[in-house]
Amino acid sequence: MIGHTDEERAKMLAEIGVSSFEELIQNVPESIRLPRISGFSSLTEQEICSYLTELENLNRKASDSICFLGAGAYDHYIPAVVDEICSRSEFVTAYTPYQAEASQGILQALFEFQTVVCELLGMEVANASLYDGASSLAEAVLLAARHTHRKKILISSTVHPLWREVVRTYLIGSGVELTEIPANEGVVDKNRIQELLTDSYAAVALQSPNFFGCLEDWSEVSSIVHNAGALFIAITNPLASGILKSPGDWGADIAVCEGQPLGIPLSFGGPYLGILAVKQELMRQIPGRIVGMTKDVNGKRAFTLTLQTREQHIRRARATSNICMSQTLMALSALVYLCAVGKKGIHEVGMMNIERSHTARDRICAVDGWKAMFSQPFFNEFVVRCPGDPLKLAEYLSTRGIIGGLPLASYYSEPEYKNGVLFCATEKNTAANIDKLVSTLRECT
Amino acid sequence: MSKQDISLIFEDSRPGRRALRFQEVDNKWLGEIPAGLRRGHPPELPEVTELEIARHFTRLSQRNFNIDANFYPLGSCTMKYNPKVLERAARKKEFISLHPLTVPSVVQGCLRIYAETEECLKQICGMDAFSLQPAAGAQGELTGVKICRAYFESRGENRKKIIIPDTAHGTNPASAALTGYQVIEAKSDKHGILNPERLKQVMDKDVALIMITNPNTLGLFEEHILEISRIAHEAGALVYMDGANMNALLGIARPGDMGVDMLHLNLHKTFGSPHGSGGPGSGPLGVKNFLKDYLPVPVVTKKGDDYVFDWGLKHSIGRVHSFYGNFLVILRAFVWLKMVGSDGLRQISEAAIVNANYLKAKVRELLEVPYDSQCMHEFVASAVSLKQFGVRTLDIAKRLLDFGIHPPTIYFPLIVHEALMIEPTESESPETLDEFVSCLRQIISEAHNSPEVLTGSPHNMPVGRVDETYAARNPVLRWTSKS
Repeated sequence: MIGHTDEERAKMLAEIGVSSFEELIQNVPESIRLPRISGFSSLTEQEICSYLTELENLNRKASDSICFLGAGAYDHYIPAVVDEICSRSEFVTAYTPYQAEASQGILQALFEFQTVVCELLGMEVANASLYDGASSLAEAVLLAARHTHRKKILISSTVHPLWREVVRTYLIGSGVELTEIPANEGVVDKNRIQELLTDSYAAVALQSPNFFGCLEDWSEVSSIVHNAGALFIAITNPLASGILKSPGDWGADIAVCEGQPLGIPLSFGGPYLGILAVKQELMRQIPGRIVGMTKDVNGKRAFTLTLQTREQHIRRARATSNICMSQTLMALSALVYLCAVGKKGIHEVGMMNIERSHTARDRICAVDGWKAMFSQPFFNEFVVRCPGDPLKLAEYLSTRGIIGGLPLASYYSEPEYKNGVLFCATEKNTAANIDKLVSTLRECT
Repeated sequence: MSKQDISLIFEDSRPGRRALRFQEVDNKWLGEIPAGLRRGHPPELPEVTELEIARHFTRLSQRNFNIDANFYPLGSCTMKYNPKVLERAARKKEFISLHPLTVPSVVQGCLRIYAETEECLKQICGMDAFSLQPAAGAQGELTGVKICRAYFESRGENRKKIIIPDTAHGTNPASAALTGYQVIEAKSDKHGILNPERLKQVMDKDVALIMITNPNTLGLFEEHILEISRIAHEAGALVYMDGANMNALLGIARPGDMGVDMLHLNLHKTFGSPHGSGGPGSGPLGVKNFLKDYLPVPVVTKKGDDYVFDWGLKHSIGRVHSFYGNFLVILRAFVWLKMVGSDGLRQISEAAIVNANYLKAKVRELLEVPYDSQCMHEFVASAVSLKQFGVRTLDIAKRLLDFGIHPPTIYFPLIVHEALMIEPTESESPETLDEFVSCLRQIISEAHNSPEVLTGSPHNMPVGRVDETYAARNPVLRWTSKS
């Protein structure tokens, strides 16, 4: 890992004009200079690989399991071409494309990414990625507060509970407050939006498919929200874009997604992909990197990072966000995935998700004691009432090679959710997988 | 690099072309979705074959400078070589196929990686606890500022200001402002470091935090750090360290011994994980014991023989990530740390410091180095002397591209005119450093004799100098069939 030998180092020190290395660190106060740190010995490459195998074995039960778990992270098939392209070291080992002429490849890819994001979400301007869905929602909320000069946000309690926690953390010290809109039958209570909304609110944030998997009907939402002078933040699952109305179709001003379903592995929670897209008039309020198409001195098409006066390295304390590095490689994965899937495939993969999840739901509900909690339409996730203890269920399934059955009670304290269990089925859950899940549920109930 | 035009993938699209196919599904299932919720027109995704995808993106990849192909002395970015075994580890099914909400008993491998990485970082930094949740340095920093806010609120204090030196990264003031703090800039002295006397002038009981980068962005160790911490602590303020430049300190000095109460690290800089053209990164936040209960939840702890998630921190500020942070980046850093070992850490930083000082000794014969004391892992030169020839730092940067070298960070820090911030890292050989110097020498001679070669550069890139002003004035941020 070190580029010079001890002999070379001695020569270099001589050329620097010092007799020992210690002379180079004389500005470090003597009292804090370390003799050495000890504690973990150095392993060779071969040794670290053996150690990793040990750790992999500790995960093997889970990695060999079938997955019926969603809740913000989804097990989808990832085409080989995505891995092959995105593991190219030309993309992996480059820095943020500050020098446009030496980074046309990734800049063009990010411009293409922004384009497919706008297409999926029906929006006009997208940035080149944020950290994850949760922080993208937090950025959207801050954007709305900045744009409207208002300090209150209405957010549906059907929005992912962990995302709402992240938003709350981001709002510490900002003076912006969240108010939750209650749910009714698994979807946001639209009547309550109208009741709660006043002209002191900056935005209304809704999610569909929501945390329970339910699809929400947002007819009239945009006019209610806009009449109050607020912005409509719509959270969606980008993989459902071939089937479901887009945030743009619903009249949203800001669209937010977790991009992980688009060709990014589960990876125990990260790295994922934050997606944020807006209407044209919010372009200069958007956080993060944006790539623009321009020309070079000879008039040839070229790409560059642009609108940088929004950003922290120029604007410092007055920037639209503190974000610097984001998730470029994940944006590339999503782009390659969407190219591989294509215009027809995005509909087909959506159809497979609908077929598998509805089959799974119907089969589970045919087991004694199990029934659906909500009657709302859904895409690939659904809540069922479990006849036993949901916490024990997840543990039991994990011993039987199944990851799934998220207890709602871990996220919602209301008694009505006590026996609720969230399942997900994607194109990866074959009929045989579903058989196995159903027979295992029979065993334990 | 080839100058051949590469079309946009949308321009290659032809109706009916396919790459991936899915199993067919009976259309009756669409009936499960009410018509009012269905999309009218499909999104206009490209219709291309897999060959077209492979060729398009392979060609795009070849239009990027990157560590594996190019020297990349980008200051404060620590563009070191990323050993391939890290990538191999991060592709293992036993890591990438795991759902984050899996019951912890069957993903003990992941939890152990979290726990052991945290342990290594604690020893390296002299801190008492770490959260590995922040997804990048800037998010780690934001987490730290939120903790600062929560800490003072819990003590019933409403301090309103954060002191930040003028050499700081822009993320520092941005994180402070996002948390409702007023930013007070502290000017560095003529030696390029923070002077305790000047600090005393701006320090008062309304200051919550001082955020320092050490070594600072001039590559200089803040030699009054102990005095600075003492002044802050006496006023009741906390000390935050931006650990972006931690590559200079491994095994040499620990922030925890400098009076630092909180710091973030950039695993993608110091700890071997690659930058991915702009992410993913990871920005763990380390704190002293008295702030431990404020960290984001969950944290990983050991219970008997098992590792578990602990959600019970008394004052936790909450989460900053959907799940537990960028696990695959943390995994790479874990592999890197285990390979280097605690004894090898110091050699890494020593080599980075030797390389930087060696390069500085050569560069100062060619360009002014305004703060010319012994540097740590990086230094800042100025091209102000070339202005007389109509040549700016930007021209040097673009001309370096023609030699296959990625330019240093330019025009930063802001206190140096026509700045070039140069960080060679420990990975590079003396020959590479010498090669950089000889290119720079040629460029400076061109500045004297034929400045138009510089102002017209780059000449060997796929495109000539890119018009950034035009991009900002006429924003075209997505492709349309008309563009």
